[in-house]
Amino acid sequence: MATTTIDPVNVRGGLRRRLSRVLYQHPRLRLALLLGGPIVWLLVAYVGSLVALLVTSLYHYQTDPTGLVPRLVTSPSTTNYQRVLDAGVYRTVAFRTIGAALSVTVIDLLIALPVAFYMAKIARPWARRALVVAVTMPLWAGYLVKGYAWRAMLDPAGGVLHEVFGHSPGFGLSGTVVTLSYLWLPYMIIPIYAGLERLPNSLLEASTDLGAKAGRTFARIVLPQLRPSIVAGSIFTFALTLGDFYMAQIVGGTTQFIGNIVYREFSANLPFAAAYATLPIVVMIVYLALARSSGALEEL
Amino acid sequence: MSSGAAVSLRGVTKRFGAVTAVAGVDLDIAEGEFFSMLGPSGSGKTTMLRLIAGFELPTAGTVLLKGRDVTRLPPFDRDVNTVFQDYALFPHMSVAQNIAYGLRVRRVAKEERNRRVDEALASVRLDEFGSRRPHQLSGGQRQRVALARALVNRPAVLLLDEPLGALDLKLREEMQVELKAIQQQVGITFIFVTHDQQEALTMSDRIAVFADGRIEQVGTPTEIYERPMTQFVAGFVGTSNVLQPAVARALVGRDAIATIRPEHIRIVAVGAEPDADEMHTIATVRDVQYLGAFVRVRAETDEGARLVVDVPSFTGVGADVALGRRCTLAWSSRYVRAVGQSSSTNTGGEE
Repeated sequence: MATTTIDPVNVRGGLRRRLSRVLYQHPRLRLALLLGGPIVWLLVAYVGSLVALLVTSLYHYQTDPTGLVPRLVTSPSTTNYQRVLDAGVYRTVAFRTIGAALSVTVIDLLIALPVAFYMAKIARPWARRALVVAVTMPLWAGYLVKGYAWRAMLDPAGGVLHEVFGHSPGFGLSGTVVTLSYLWLPYMIIPIYAGLERLPNSLLEASTDLGAKAGRTFARIVLPQLRPSIVAGSIFTFALTLGDFYMAQIVGGTTQFIGNIVYREFSANLPFAAAYATLPIVVMIVYLALARSSGALEEL
Repeated sequence: MSSGAAVSLRGVTKRFGAVTAVAGVDLDIAEGEFFSMLGPSGSGKTTMLRLIAGFELPTAGTVLLKGRDVTRLPPFDRDVNTVFQDYALFPHMSVAQNIAYGLRVRRVAKEERNRRVDEALASVRLDEFGSRRPHQLSGGQRQRVALARALVNRPAVLLLDEPLGALDLKLREEMQVELKAIQQQVGITFIFVTHDQQEALTMSDRIAVFADGRIEQVGTPTEIYERPMTQFVAGFVGTSNVLQPAVARALVGRDAIATIRPEHIRIVAVGAEPDADEMHTIATVRDVQYLGAFVRVRAETDEGARLVVDVPSFTGVGADVALGRRCTLAWSSRYVRAVGQSSSTNTGGEE
């Protein structure tokens, strides 16, 4: 009787087995299959639109001698950027938007710290799970719906705040800041909660054991450990506010943000809208550079 | 109230919901003592430590520190410091800043603070490491930083929660010697929580053995090892043969639960006779384990009792303990101890 010996090199196997073997032998091919799709998407949709934005911002309109028909000039020039810098109204709107972004970030931070601390360190497991759901719940609701809900809250004539507390900030900059703080709060709570969960209780106990009361333990131990989480949360709240225009429209009264100008200009003067839209990008780059220089991004 | 006690516990009880972690503990720990709380996990020893530190408030009972009632005081108002199981070093601070933290909190002037930090670093042989971050240190070094950070405050009592648990065996043995030396040098009361009976026996002046939230026995290492009072202590501290009353009556003539240590039983060489004053029985070898310094033999007597016998390797028992071999086991009656029924349902040892 003949014995069968298996020669592993010449085992052919089915198509799938052979394909798997080829992949096993070629790590670069595996990597290409893994990342090919996302890279195409990133290059075309992500980088492509950004490049289109920057290129468009260098075009400008020139009025022909009759003064009636504007003509698009595609040779690069800084005309639009000049206008952004020169006209006082665009500077005012830019500073207002950055100011609102900073206010929203600070408000969200002040609300998020105690809430996240309770969730991570005090609440029992079931309460913790319930709170995670409760905190993220508003994210499931439509953005527009939430905007109009806040209209109903803020309305100076018969809104909820006015009826219950007898006072409402009304429609304007403060109303917009309040609404945006509400909208982006989960983006601040969740990273801080995650950061606090990672923070061992023994560090807090060691601090009190060495004589520190709650205030010092928070300032010297908790805050430094939470810095990367706070920076992560603030990047969300800051960037989302910087790019928002719809809330200013719904609850802002006559308040204008960068986004409102871009929205208004984009049908009339697309190159100028593009130039103005690069402003938040530049602000975010500066913000991230500051965060980086503080060392907070290294641990993200 | 006893004078001279660093820590006195009076009827201390701690319940977490339906679970009683510590059940009415009474204990006095003397000034300058190296005191160990020994027990398996879940026996309440760590909760007891946390009650002394102030991280937990007792459900009932009183905690006295040098005669002063601190039962409801927060940790920062108690003159104790803790070395944590995970060391709990502050990762964003240097080693020197970690050690200086307690002094800074207590507003010790900068010059004295620096001097004491330097002293503390020297005392744990880490002079050159002050500017390192904790993550740049080895486990043993971190352990010593945690010790220095606690000791630099000169507390009345130092609490250590399984501080050597994360170290490998060789380092752990070194640290045991070092810890004991440091304790003798500074003269501070150490309360040391461990589940490692060897560690407790090596280092302690006295040991409290915990089981199910209660203290089974308090005594010196010699008392605990040689005169265990309960079945649990006999089984948990070292290895013991625990003989239930029926077997005890047949083998050692006692009408109680009796224990005998494996090293106190010998295997009588083939052809020799047990000594006249020895008790003896015939048994069959069921298992043989070589453990280096000694050979652990499990044998079954004709009465059906299983006995563990440790035979020193140098005696060269060899063929006498081959599996299935019949042999004579002999022991002196003075090594047989009657013990009480344990309050714990846990029998402690492997047997």
